[in-house]
Amino acid sequence: MARRKSARRQQLETAAMYPLDWLEERSGLVGGLRYFLFRKVPGDTNWFHTLGSATLTAFLVQLVTGVILAMYYKPDPQNAHDSIDHITNDVTLGWLVRGMHKWGASVFIILMFMHMGRVFLFGAYKYPRELNWIIGVLLLATGLFEGLTGYLLPFDQTAYWATVVAININGTAPFVGPFLASLLRGGAEIGPDTLARFYSLHMLLIPGALIGLITLHLYLVIRLGVTSPPWSDEAAGEGPPPKPSGARAGLVRPRPRAAVRGRPTE
Amino acid sequence: MDDPRGDMERHQPPPSLWPVAFAVGIVCLLVGLIVSWIVAAVGAAISVVFGFLWARDVVAAGRGEVPPEPVPAQVDDGPDTLEPEPAERFPRSVFLEASTLGLGAVIGGIATVPALGFAVLPAFLKQHSPEIDIGPINDFPQGQYVVATFLRNPSEGEISRRTAYIRNNGTVNGAPSFTCISNRCAHLGCPVQPGGPVFDSKKQMVKTKNGEVDLIPMLPAAGFICPCHGGAYDQEGNRTAGPPVRALDRYRFLIRDGHLILAGTYSVASVSGSGAQAKIHLYETTGPGQHVDGPEAWLYPVQPPH
Repeated sequence: MARRKSARRQQLETAAMYPLDWLEERSGLVGGLRYFLFRKVPGDTNWFHTLGSATLTAFLVQLVTGVILAMYYKPDPQNAHDSIDHITNDVTLGWLVRGMHKWGASVFIILMFMHMGRVFLFGAYKYPRELNWIIGVLLLATGLFEGLTGYLLPFDQTAYWATVVAININGTAPFVGPFLASLLRGGAEIGPDTLARFYSLHMLLIPGALIGLITLHLYLVIRLGVTSPPWSDEAAGEGPPPKPSGARAGLVRPRPRAAVRGRPTE
Repeated sequence: MDDPRGDMERHQPPPSLWPVAFAVGIVCLLVGLIVSWIVAAVGAAISVVFGFLWARDVVAAGRGEVPPEPVPAQVDDGPDTLEPEPAERFPRSVFLEASTLGLGAVIGGIATVPALGFAVLPAFLKQHSPEIDIGPINDFPQGQYVVATFLRNPSEGEISRRTAYIRNNGTVNGAPSFTCISNRCAHLGCPVQPGGPVFDSKKQMVKTKNGEVDLIPMLPAAGFICPCHGGAYDQEGNRTAGPPVRALDRYRFLIRDGHLILAGTYSVASVSGSGAQAKIHLYETTGPGQHVDGPEAWLYPVQPPH
């Protein structure tokens, strides 16, 4: 056994841990966080498994920089472009925060696609994780909508005409298209309210939806665990190994040695 | 292991009304500080008295002097509940559950429906095309195209700036005729440009009820061309190349007190003939990229109000 701790040391430790114990006793949050951070994952996870966390990080960067940009941005047609100029050229470190938000938006979208590709190629969307794939697809669509609404906000020629084209593409959807376009514009023509409408969507409604969906997505990741790579020898998680066979859809190289090692001879 | 509840029960204070009275005293005291010192004094007295009573209770509970709560009498009739009884058809619990859910839904609806309507309906109601005065018809030389730039709705400011290509066709049976083409591309709504010289040096600015209108003579020899995706149109607005699905939209016009007035747009499938003799196949205003004739038009049976 380890050395006995001195009474003083023990006392100090208790005092230091007291706030955490207080929180844990009343909320269970500390245990929950510990479970989240130290949960078991398959031994042969690799760097590709970090794409999801990278996407989450990119989203958090967008969240923080977006909130700060909102302190200086003025969402009305007369002032929007000037306020962007002001942020970029006058406000201290404005160029950096705006740059992070602008380029981070592309990083977020690219990472979403890479993460999606990883999940697809590893077959990680299969039973029992189909629902998380569906939530991920919703996240992708919502994220793209966030990109669309954000693109108008600098309110320069590119932003304006790109949005006109995007709205009119929506307008060509059969039956509902024309109504969808009017809903996005806030009327039959682009007017003074269109920019404010996009701003509200971009910074309140869609981020709210994204946060909700991400919460569900993470909940399912924690509940169902992380998949092994398809070439893995290891069974994911504890308990009896999953039935061999088609579950992995031919992504596994045939392994004769598995027969020797795994199955009892008859 | 210890029963965890044992520990919890020791921490639990006995039910007491003293904190409520204490809080009332504090409120009295704070209101009194603003209103009058008498109220403040009464509040202070209430707080002190009930604060003392509360503290005494808490201290007594800490010493374990509080008698245990009387045990509810129903606890003992466990065996009775095991007897199979005919289920109540409309038990109170079901009623309470339904009424809670129902009331919640009603309250939620009252809060949500107006907000949703506020977000959605303004996009579809009170949509109208304002009449746009773009100046005396004498400013439009016969047979020549002019770029007219104007505010569709001056109260909305620059965001409502629009452009039309206007040609005076002379008179037909004594009535003046104009071709007023909207510059909104019938593909996806970019601004089409004249395919030919624009004579900026001959620019005129006309003061009208709609503020300043710019008129610039031009010669769209190659018709109109869209910079976004290469849609091309002839001088009557007929599509000649590229992705557009129909001809360019046009403005209705009328003449009042010698002024040319644009009054809303309509969509055009195609135009045969030209100038004053043109035969226009017109439809109600339709968004860019949407067919107005042929089988593809069946995809867009209803248009939102314009």
